[in-house]
Amino acid sequence: MTTETTTQAVIEARNLDLVFQTNDGPVQALRDVNLTINKGDFVSFIGPSGCGKTTFLRVMAALEQPTGGEITVNGMSPDEARRQRAYGYVFQASGLYPWRNIARNITLPLEIMGYSKAEQKKRLNEVLELVELSGFEGKYPWQLSGGMQQRASIARALAFEADILLMDEPFGALDEIVRDHLNEQLLKLWARTNKTIAFVTHSIPEAVYLSTRIVVMSPRPGRITDVIESPLPKERPLDIRDSPEFIEIAHRVREGLRAGHGDDV
Amino acid sequence: MKTMVAVLTVLTVIIAFWYAACLPMNIKGVLTQAERAGAEVVPVGAKERRDLGAIGLVLGNQFAIAATWSQDRPRLPAPHQVAVELWKTTGAMVLKGKPMSKRSLIFHGWVTLSATLLGFAMGTGLGILLAVGIVHSKVMDMSVMPWAIVSQTIPIIALAPMIIVVLYSVGVQGILPKAIISAYLSFFPVVVGMVKGLRSPDAMQLDLLRTYNASANQGFWALRLPASMPYLFTSLKIGIAASLVGAIVGELPTGAVAGLGARLLGGSYYGQTVQIWSALFAAAILAACLVALLGVIERVVLKRMGMSA
Ligand SMILES: Nc1ncnc2c1ncn2[C@@H]1O[C@H](COP(=O)(O)OP(=O)(O)OP(=O)(O)O)[C@@H](O)[C@H]1O
Ligand SMILES: [Mg+2]
Repeated sequence: MTTETTTQAVIEARNLDLVFQTNDGPVQALRDVNLTINKGDFVSFIGPSGCGKTTFLRVMAALEQPTGGEITVNGMSPDEARRQRAYGYVFQASGLYPWRNIARNITLPLEIMGYSKAEQKKRLNEVLELVELSGFEGKYPWQLSGGMQQRASIARALAFEADILLMDEPFGALDEIVRDHLNEQLLKLWARTNKTIAFVTHSIPEAVYLSTRIVVMSPRPGRITDVIESPLPKERPLDIRDSPEFIEIAHRVREGLRAGHGDDV
Repeated sequence: MKTMVAVLTVLTVIIAFWYAACLPMNIKGVLTQAERAGAEVVPVGAKERRDLGAIGLVLGNQFAIAATWSQDRPRLPAPHQVAVELWKTTGAMVLKGKPMSKRSLIFHGWVTLSATLLGFAMGTGLGILLAVGIVHSKVMDMSVMPWAIVSQTIPIIALAPMIIVVLYSVGVQGILPKAIISAYLSFFPVVVGMVKGLRSPDAMQLDLLRTYNASANQGFWALRLPASMPYLFTSLKIGIAASLVGAIVGELPTGAVAGLGARLLGGSYYGQTVQIWSALFAAAILAACLVALLGVIERVVLKRMGMSA
C-alpha cells in the first residue's frame, strides 16, 4: 500500500472478524476481511445470501461491533464517525415515517442534528432536486410508489452532508425498469456530489454498472474472495451494459461468485 | 345498507328474545295478582303453581301474556317499559325544565360521568407515564409491570370499599375516591397498549436514528411516541369503558345518593327493577357514546398525522 492511497482512504478494514453468538452456536459472519475504500470510490458488495454483506456495512456504521481486527472510518473508529455523522445509511426498506410527509421525512435527520429552519428548507430543496422528487414534498409516503419512497429515503440520507453513503440493497425490492432508472440517477448524483459510496446488491449488472470496484464475498465464513477494479469510464450511459468491457467484468464477477459458492449450491 | 340490515336484524332478534323471556320470568307474579283480582287461573293457588314450570303456566293461562309486559315491579321488565322509564327520567325531565332534578338520569349520569372523566384522565396520565418509564428503563420494566398485572387480578368489587374507607379516614371524599377507583381500572389497558406502541418501531427504524446519533429523548419524540398513537387510542377506548365501570362500582359501597351506581343500588333496595334496568341502559349508552367519541377523535388525530391510509 502506497502512502498516497492511505491518505485518501476513507474506510480501512484490517483482519476484520465478526462472530455472532447465537442459540445454535457461534456464526462467523466475517472472517479476516481486508479492504480499503478510497475517497470518491463507488464500491459494490456482491455475494450469496448470508455472506456478511449487511454485517460488513453495519460494522462500518457502528451498528455492529467487530469481534476482531480493526476498522477505521475517516481515520477514526466507526463509533466516533457515527457521532460525527460521517455517513448516511440507506436500508433496503425505505423506513419513511407514515405520519410525516416527504418533506418532514427528509428533514428528520436535520431536525435531530439541530439545523436551523432556513437551512433545513435549503437542503430539502437541494436533495429533492437531486433525487427528482421536487413537487412531492407535501405527499405522505403511502401516496408514493415504492421507487419514489426509496428515492425519498436516499434524499433523507443525503440531506445532512455526510461524505459517505452506505446503501444496503436500496433497490432490491423494485422492478427492473425502475431500478435501471434509479441506478442512472444514483450515478449522476455520485458524480455531482463526489461522495464515497458502499453499495450492497445481489445483481451482477447493477454492481458492474455502478461501481468503480466490485467486492465479491462468499459465505461460511463470510469473507472477501475477489476485488475487481472496473475499467469503465466514470460517465456511463445505460447502454454501456452491452459493451464488451462490461460483459467481461460481469463474467469475472460471475466466476468469482461461482468459485466462492463451492459445491454448496 | 347491508350492514344496516344486519344490525337491525340482530337488534330485532334480541328484542324479540327479550319479550319472550318476560313471559316465563313474570308469569307467576302476574297470575298471583290476577287471582287476587278474581280472575280464573289454572291451577288455582300460588302454592300449587310454585313448583310448576313457568312455560307450562304461560301456555295454560294465555290471557295473562299481555300482563307480563306491563307489571309494576316485574322480575324482568319489558323493553318498552325500560324505554319509557328512560324517557321519563331524561327527555321528559328536560322538557319539564328540570334536567338536574334528583329523579333525572341526566343528573345521575352526570355525577357518574364527572367521576369517570376525572378517573380516566388520571388513569391515562398514570398509564402513559408508567409506559414511558417501562420502555426506557429495564429496571422499571422488571419491577413495575408485574405489579400492574397483579393489581388487575384483585376483584375491584372487593377493593373499592377499602379504597373508599381508607380515603375517608384521611378526609378524602366526594368525587375523588370514585375517580381513583376509576383510574385504578383504566390505567392498565393504557400501560399495556402504550408499552406495545412505544416498542412498535422495528429494529431498522431504531438503527436509522442511531446513524443520526439521536438521543433517546429525540427518538422518543420523533419515533416512539407518534408510532404509539394507534395503540394508545385502542387502549383509551378500553380504558374509558373500564373507567365508567370503576365510577359505578365506586358508588355502590358508600350507599351514595347520586350517580348511576346509586340508582342501581336504590332500585334493588326497593325492588324497582325498571329503575335498575334503565340505569343499566343509561350506563351502557353512556359508555357507547364515550367510546364512539374517542373513535371520532382517533380518526381526526390519525388523519391529521397522515396515518389513516
Ligand atoms: N444479529 C445477528 N445475530 C446472529 N446472527 C446474525 C445476525 N445478523 C446476521 N447474522 C448472521 O450472519 C451471517 C451474515 O448475515 P448478513 O445479514 O450480513 O448476510 P448478507 O450477506 O447481508 O445476506 P443477504 O444477502 O441475505 O442480505 C448470516 O449467517 C446471518 O444469519
Ligand atoms: Mg443483507
